[in-house]
Amino acid sequence: MSPISSTLANASAYGYRTLAAAAAGAYESIASVTGTGSSGTITFSSIPSTYTSLQIRYQSQSVAAGNAFNLYFNNDTATNYTLHRLYGNGATVTAGGSVSQSGIATDSQSSGPSATSPVVGIIDIHNYAVTTQNKTVRCIAGVDKNGSGDINLVSGLWLNTAAVNRIDFILGASSFTTTTTFALYGIKGA
Amino acid sequence: MPATYEPIATTTLGSATATISFTSISSAYTDLRLVLTGTHETTAATVRMQVNSDTGTNYSFTELSGDGATATSARSTSSARINCGNANFNNTLPSLITVDWFSYAGSTNKTCLVTTSQDRNGSGVVYRTVGLWRSTSAITSIQMFPSTGNFATGTTATLYGILRA
Repeated sequence: MSPISSTLANASAYGYRTLAAAAAGAYESIASVTGTGSSGTITFSSIPSTYTSLQIRYQSQSVAAGNAFNLYFNNDTATNYTLHRLYGNGATVTAGGSVSQSGIATDSQSSGPSATSPVVGIIDIHNYAVTTQNKTVRCIAGVDKNGSGDINLVSGLWLNTAAVNRIDFILGASSFTTTTTFALYGIKGA
Repeated sequence: MPATYEPIATTTLGSATATISFTSISSAYTDLRLVLTGTHETTAATVRMQVNSDTGTNYSFTELSGDGATATSARSTSSARINCGNANFNNTLPSLITVDWFSYAGSTNKTCLVTTSQDRNGSGVVYRTVGLWRSTSAITSIQMFPSTGNFATGTTATLYGILRA
């Protein structure tokens, strides 16, 4: 290999430092939660309204394998959510949508995690703090179990204009393992 | 709040090269993100990925793809690598590949999400892939390489570290 730049110092000389610095300054870690092994709920509360967007990155497993979770905003468990999904399970592609949901299923839906294969995902929530728009969610999530698994693209909507100040992830059954981590990040606007 | 999403290293190829490697990756972060954009030197190839120079059949992946007309899902089990797309990394127009490794220094098997995007003004593909490396070892190196031949001059890859609070 003959790179012209392979280190940060070299990258700076070729102009890459500008991009790097901008990315680092605009993306902040707000909080993270680790599973306890005895609870099926992960909560981020008192989320500040000082960012433009939120991103959640997670690696999740349930004590009893195969359980998926839903996302909820501001403790709202009423049927105020809708979603559309596109996913592939290694053989077929499925698209679907649901209205009047009591949460957003951002997780792997056709397979779920196993004891040796976690589900991972990235969730983006844009304009989460504005009070004039309903809130839209974008998610990519998947699990591979060396012979089964799925990859999911999800868009979700919360029919509420309130600023998001709390996010819960609640398993349909079982508990999050101690290897589960959910991390919340804030992305600043210019 | 602490800023994160820090650049660890960038490689821009000054000549055609068979493998782009990031080595001696520290365990100081929670997740890794690799962003690669570029072309193949001569032909259309599949970009493949291994970690820790593991060439055993310890990988598997499930992918979802669309080519402008058809959506497809496929899987590879007990593979010797994770594919980032399929024969779409060509020598004329650049492709964009992102790889997110989660809890890469943790105690579980390692899972990644891969996005592969290319549009060729009338053709092209988009891939979304979940990959598994069946090892509980911390990831300390990542190797990206085309299925045949070399990455072209100018191909760029950057590795970022993301740290949770």
